[in-house]
Amino acid sequence: MSVIYAENLTKRFGNFTAVNCITFSVERGEIFGFLGANGAGKTTAMRVLCGLSKPTSGRCVVAGYDVARETEKVKRSIGYMSQKFSLYEDLKVWENIRLFAGIYGMGDKMIALKTEQTLTHLGFEAERNTLVKALPLGWKQKLAFSVAIFHEPEVVFLDEPTGGVDPATRRKFWEMIYQAAERGITVFVTTHYMDEAEYCNRVSIMVDGRIEALNTPKNLRQRLNAPNMDAVFQRLVQAS
Amino acid sequence: MLKFLIEKEFKQLARHSFLPKLIIVMPCVMLLVMPWVANHEVKNVNVCLVDNDHSALSSRLAQKVSSSAYFNLSATASGYSEAMQSIESGKADLILEVQPDFERRLVREGEAEVMLSVNAVNGVKGGLGSSYLLNIVNDYAAELRSEQLPYMGAAASGSFQLQASYFFNPSLNYKAYMVPALMVLLITLLCGFLPALNIVSEKESGTIEQLNVTPVGKLTFVIAKLIPYWIVGFITISFSFALAALLYNLTPVGSFGTIYVFIGVYILALSGFGLVISNYSNATQQAMLVAFFFIMILVFMSGLFTPVSSMPQWAQNITIFNPLKYFMQVMRMVYLKGSSVAELTPQLLALCGFAVFSNTWAMLSYKKVR
Repeated sequence: MSVIYAENLTKRFGNFTAVNCITFSVERGEIFGFLGANGAGKTTAMRVLCGLSKPTSGRCVVAGYDVARETEKVKRSIGYMSQKFSLYEDLKVWENIRLFAGIYGMGDKMIALKTEQTLTHLGFEAERNTLVKALPLGWKQKLAFSVAIFHEPEVVFLDEPTGGVDPATRRKFWEMIYQAAERGITVFVTTHYMDEAEYCNRVSIMVDGRIEALNTPKNLRQRLNAPNMDAVFQRLVQAS
Repeated sequence: MLKFLIEKEFKQLARHSFLPKLIIVMPCVMLLVMPWVANHEVKNVNVCLVDNDHSALSSRLAQKVSSSAYFNLSATASGYSEAMQSIESGKADLILEVQPDFERRLVREGEAEVMLSVNAVNGVKGGLGSSYLLNIVNDYAAELRSEQLPYMGAAASGSFQLQASYFFNPSLNYKAYMVPALMVLLITLLCGFLPALNIVSEKESGTIEQLNVTPVGKLTFVIAKLIPYWIVGFITISFSFALAALLYNLTPVGSFGTIYVFIGVYILALSGFGLVISNYSNATQQAMLVAFFFIMILVFMSGLFTPVSSMPQWAQNITIFNPLKYFMQVMRMVYLKGSSVAELTPQLLALCGFAVFSNTWAMLSYKKVR
């Protein structure tokens, strides 16, 4: 059963077509890599799927709800981590967790309990009372991801979550993504790191607003006769 | 949901490096400093005396002038041209010149002339100063008549005096007039523009995006932004009531209930306008400039410094759309005259109208989806 379904999705800004009639679906529990060059339309497409932006035409269904008509229900069922770090820098670690958990309707007791678990899991026990702005980038990103999935959404959208993060932290971050997927959370992730693309169950590659390829990394490599995802990406992007 | 958002706003407010200080310092400055400086009373007018007579009667006149609270006898000059220099150098505002035969003519003919020359660069000071000085001279003339000096020719006959009595502010205390209006300014800055700037700063930092993907409705978001500032506004204004009572012995003749009713409606109207500004701005700097522009116009057209009734008709027509004007009228009327809500119905209706208008506009212009 597909948890994200987009049909002929198009988004235009004036004369510029950012997303050009894309159709795809993502299965439950899948880690779906949404690749493409800068400006290919990844973020725009993701914002449409999250209900942050209205599509010019086409339709999308997320977690069983029509994004255009049942936006609020969609929002209850998703988590989102934007390209730009956007937790509150002037709030402490636990205060950020508490705020977003509260927004999704969790009670005080539940929040307290889960906050402990999350902090332990992240190894952030000592940083509980640290202002978020004082955390290193990698830690911030791990925290942002934990906050995005704190309310157990059906889908989590991650927009370049590992940009600027060191290799060791990136590996840990991907471990967290796998753990979330094992719990049944569908992960929709954009990245520019092709080694990360290999970790995905399936990837799509967007070029100039269109999806040029959509398959498992292995099948894509075979089809294009490429040694790795990096070569796959280069060939598809250069062909356009 | 609202609880968590308001909790967050208070935490951010308390942790802010500047805002808490501003909230404490602003009412203090407004009430400690402004009533003394934003003052139209003309005092300390410098008079240069040219006494060509050097007689007993002319020196009595000089004494009378210098004993007035409004005048400083700053200089004496031996001639008019020397006195003129002191005006040109800014040392004197008025020249009072006494003719050489002042005493002789007074005694012989019962009348004599003095000349008054006024520096009218500052029109208000010149106008009021010369009329005060004329009063003193007239007063002196009446005094001389009443003494019925045997050697004086004409006696005072059939003269009358005007006795003015001033209602609501009997001592014509300018501070009593300014303080209630300054409170309006205070609440305008705190409750109208701070929440607007706060919302824009969330746009700037991108945190609003993270909230936009959550189920937080636009009404909830906005209310959570406004409530903390409303609370802060009510506390600050109550604090400034206490300051006014303590410093200027100024308490409203009317009831605090009336004032709080109007504060409630006014804050609502103002928050709406603040939100409209925040909806159209993407950067704090932009919002600041827009807010500054409107504050300037609203303040100058509110009657804070100059009465609306003495503005030209076209300007008076514009002030119909100025919520500040109505609230200032209310504050002054309740503080000085003791008006009640019933007597202030036109202002109440106007402010309610603004509240509905601005908040509708704010709701319509708020976009969660682009």
